[in-house]
Amino acid sequence: MLLRHTSAEITERKALTINPAKTCQPIGAMYAALGVHGCLPHSHGSQGCCAYHRSALTRHYKEPISAATSSFTEGASVFGGQANLLAAIENIFAVYEPEVIAVHTTCLSETIGDDLPQITEKARRSGKIPEGRHVLYASTPSYVGSHVTGFSNMVKGMLAVAEPTGTKNGRVNIIPGWVEPADMEEIKRLAALVGVDITLFPDTSGVLNGPLSGEFHMFPEGGVTIKQLKSTPDSIGTLALGEWCSADAARHLDSLFKVPCRVLEMPYGLKATDRFIDALRKIAGVPVPEEVNLERGQLVDLISDMHQYFYHKKVALVGDPDPLIALVEFLATVDMCPVHVLTGTPGKRFEKKIKQLTAGMPFNVNVRSSADMFLLHQWIKNEPVDLIIGNSYCKYIARDEDIPLVRFGFPILDRVGHQYFPTVGYKGGIRLLEKVLGALLDRKDRDDSEQSFELVL
Amino acid sequence: MSTTILEERKSQIHRAGAGPIDLACNRESLAGAVSQRACVFCGSRVVLYPIADALHLVHGPIGCAAYTWDIRGALSSGPELHRLSFSTDLRERDVIFGGERKLAAALEELVQRHRPKAAFVYSTCIVGLIGDDLKAVCRAAAARTGIPVIAVQSEGFKGNKRAGYLAACKAMFELVGTGDTAGIDPASVNIFGDFNLAGETWIIRDYLRRMGVEVVANVTGDGRVDDIRRCHGAALNLVQCSGATLELARMMQEKYGTSYLRVSYVGIEDMADSLYRTAEFFQNSDPGILVRTQALVRSELVKILPELSRLRRDLEGRKAAVYVGGAFKAFSLIKAFRHLGMQVAIVGSQTGTPEDYEELAAISDPGTIIVDDANPLELSEFIKEKGVDIFVGGIKERPIAYKLGIGFCDHNHERKIAMEGFVGMLNFGLEVHRSVTSPVWRFMPRRAADSADRSKEVEAC
Repeated sequence: MLLRHTSAEITERKALTINPAKTCQPIGAMYAALGVHGCLPHSHGSQGCCAYHRSALTRHYKEPISAATSSFTEGASVFGGQANLLAAIENIFAVYEPEVIAVHTTCLSETIGDDLPQITEKARRSGKIPEGRHVLYASTPSYVGSHVTGFSNMVKGMLAVAEPTGTKNGRVNIIPGWVEPADMEEIKRLAALVGVDITLFPDTSGVLNGPLSGEFHMFPEGGVTIKQLKSTPDSIGTLALGEWCSADAARHLDSLFKVPCRVLEMPYGLKATDRFIDALRKIAGVPVPEEVNLERGQLVDLISDMHQYFYHKKVALVGDPDPLIALVEFLATVDMCPVHVLTGTPGKRFEKKIKQLTAGMPFNVNVRSSADMFLLHQWIKNEPVDLIIGNSYCKYIARDEDIPLVRFGFPILDRVGHQYFPTVGYKGGIRLLEKVLGALLDRKDRDDSEQSFELVL
Repeated sequence: MSTTILEERKSQIHRAGAGPIDLACNRESLAGAVSQRACVFCGSRVVLYPIADALHLVHGPIGCAAYTWDIRGALSSGPELHRLSFSTDLRERDVIFGGERKLAAALEELVQRHRPKAAFVYSTCIVGLIGDDLKAVCRAAAARTGIPVIAVQSEGFKGNKRAGYLAACKAMFELVGTGDTAGIDPASVNIFGDFNLAGETWIIRDYLRRMGVEVVANVTGDGRVDDIRRCHGAALNLVQCSGATLELARMMQEKYGTSYLRVSYVGIEDMADSLYRTAEFFQNSDPGILVRTQALVRSELVKILPELSRLRRDLEGRKAAVYVGGAFKAFSLIKAFRHLGMQVAIVGSQTGTPEDYEELAAISDPGTIIVDDANPLELSEFIKEKGVDIFVGGIKERPIAYKLGIGFCDHNHERKIAMEGFVGMLNFGLEVHRSVTSPVWRFMPRRAADSADRSKEVEAC
């Protein structure tokens, strides 16, 4: 019993986080920056931050993660990190030759008050940024928000290069939020099917799910280009997928350049995908193409085939707000009961939203933001569930309580597939349900007595 | 991509045989480097983490705790408290108003719930800046709870990983000397700098038991607080891993007169040599120990040598690149690879000292590239230049090796099989064999040609 220290009795904890359900902002900024073509993320802080983020992303994506660091020392921490960052920018362009450097701060550089806009401007004026190269930046203090906030901040930071030409180009910006590279690919596929030209940013497909080529490319093929980012104000609109991950950037484009935006849920599951497709369709002014309708029909077909097995199965979910909101809706759609829903990311709006989504359902829902996996485990001890959906760290609870686990979210450290198979869209919904059913039915087969063990399910 | 090596980096790269070695090392990574290095906190955390019945509380924003949550396979034979992640999760408010009260409350709650034998409280970058008096909070908590509560001064920016090792040693030294040493055998040792990855400490303990040597404390692997408290009663400290615990051994020598030996459990020679030197240390008081040790080494070698020579047939002439944390491990790996008929063509470390690199240059074959604090571009260029077949490193290097279409062996903290001891040499050989001879590399464009040539040769035979 690895988690033998977890007690069922729940006491309020204000000073202590046990087994976190979040991590800090900079890693989110690093992931987002990897979705810009030719970009080297840069961590403005101690060496350790950068090493940890690279390791964590490497374990999840199983791809080389390159990022540079300002290598703070005691001196930098006393006198400010300006000299380090200026030297870093110069060195990076000289050695690694990226098209873009995306700088994010850390708790250290935030607290000593390094001013990224000013330092970047100084680098530009003193010629440290070669012609045609760019430095993006985002302020990502580790003690505010979570990794999700850092992602959102860097996405917003990308808009610093935006340059309206005054002529609309008919494209639509889509901000996918923190989803897998395969999901970004799927969003592009769906938009193409509906016939909408999109600019997806960030876009980690082709960056973090690349092929084995025999070469190490620090900057793989994929990623949104600076040219595309520049033209985002010329788009006719922006679809932001996820309030936490994507809305800030979309609203920023709206307020600066009057690009109208809509904030949708991430397209996980039937209804959220319906809304996404509907939004795309309306922009294109076309009916939903037959191919997309077919995929939708297949998803509904799967649900109907297996609905008996979904019926009122209790599920505990942990992860980031945007995916959780969509997932909770999806589970309710297939008649499952999301009874415990928890995120480490702060935000009372999250609790409100989940309560709205589950209002009137025949079960009580525990929901909490700014919470941790220790609390989730305590909830499960008090009200057991049939299934856990969450990242790899859930496997401790799953093992101790003998509950099946479907891995979803970040990080996944012990399985593969998340890089390659999307879970967004109708096809993604089919995959999600296949995983859920697989877990539930494997369990049934394991637990059924010999007499009731059935070949056909 | 150009093969530029930054002017400032040239002093950190050396080719064996090309004049005397004068490698710049143990210095900060260049600003802007895609460095493979970590920070002070990381150094402290890896050394102390395996003390399984202690509480490990990270005082800082959530990241530092999240990224170090159970990522090392440092096994415990009993308590598992070290595998949980505890953090004060500092927020903006705390950064402005200070985090001392939060820390005190967190400690109070944790000690009450888990009744640990001791508590380590890790300082992080931000704590160093906002000036929380960690020591005072820890002292007060110790007085209230009656257990040792030790402040680890591991502010990330105050140096590199090596500085973190030192902070960890200082923290452990506060425990040493506070326990009862009654009943400890004159032939007794402490195991330092072994992290019990995949149960390796247990292998070494078994060898020592068979030699007739008592292990008082395996400090940094499957560690226990009470063992550390009385470990000054041991006659000898066996110190593995160049940087991590050498300082603790030095402090113990100064204060308690405990001798220490620097050892390595990786590879046949170094493993045997470590046991023999331990035996020699005790042979005056225990004249039979040398014979017992010889018998042990012989019986272990008999078990692995036939299998090793089988592996060698497939691996002969292949090349390896070694990029590990400590230089001491690199020495052992060079020798271990020679047993597999392989040559180490590139060798580097994150934390080597000038003496380490001198020794590396001395035992390396001419032409071997020796590098301190390498970046991925350099590593990738060197790998292609040397035609390397397998890379030995840590998590960040694994996908780089695979992208280049070569094998990989994790000899860092994410290894899943024991690579120490004689059995560990065989495991290592098997791991290298598994990866180097994997059919997957035949599908990689650059090497497809090689492998076609090779299969033609086979047909010709």
